[in-house]
Amino acid sequence: MSEGVKKFLYVNRKAPHGTIYALEALEVVLIGAAFEQDVSLAFLDDGVFQLVNGWDTKELGTKNFAPTYLALGDYDVSKVFVERESLEERGISEDDLMELMYEDEDDDWAEKPSIRVVSRSEMADIMADNDVILSF
Amino acid sequence: MAMLHIVNKSPYETNALESCLNHAKDGDSIILIEDAVYAVLKGGRAANALGAAGGVKIAALSADLKARGIDGDKIVDGVDTVDYGGFVDMVTTCDKTQSWL
Repeated sequence: MSEGVKKFLYVNRKAPHGTIYALEALEVVLIGAAFEQDVSLAFLDDGVFQLVNGWDTKELGTKNFAPTYLALGDYDVSKVFVERESLEERGISEDDLMELMYEDEDDDWAEKPSIRVVSRSEMADIMADNDVILSF
Repeated sequence: MAMLHIVNKSPYETNALESCLNHAKDGDSIILIEDAVYAVLKGGRAANALGAAGGVKIAALSADLKARGIDGDKIVDGVDTVDYGGFVDMVTTCDKTQSWL
């Protein structure tokens, strides 16, 4: 890791539409990525609802920011960790989630999935491994 | 690389403390502030969960305890009380912090 680059972990624990947290988190993630920091995202507890496919916010009259998640790969955000226990407790599975992809520059720009489903204890390790944690 | 976990919501309102306890590692510390101090009440469901968190240091902010009438004999064993200065000390002695909103 080059000097001056820190590992940032953005922890998302809120469902997407009830509060402004999810949208604000995305804004901050994109800013962090623009400063070429090492960015990872974690989704646990109700935060896993953010990544569920098939948003339609027309009748709510709010912005559908689901496409922003799909664009994360274009901002070199390729590490998206989702906690398995949080999915299971809520009756959803990896198949219900958006397909987030990124292009791997070390592998001839091959398209690869960004989402990695991890256990609760792996999530704890990921939190411990980062330099800065920003919570939403 | 110890982490200080900061929790500020009542454990009877949100799962922030529960999730924090599920992710804290040995050597980490947790400080309970604002409504999270209700977790220390002896006999409460949350206090039992705190007691089961071996290897994690638990503290509660005295100003928030006092404001809510929670004095020493109502606090479950194993919880330290710290004042604002003690809170700052915990922040400086841990490598990093995480807020459980």
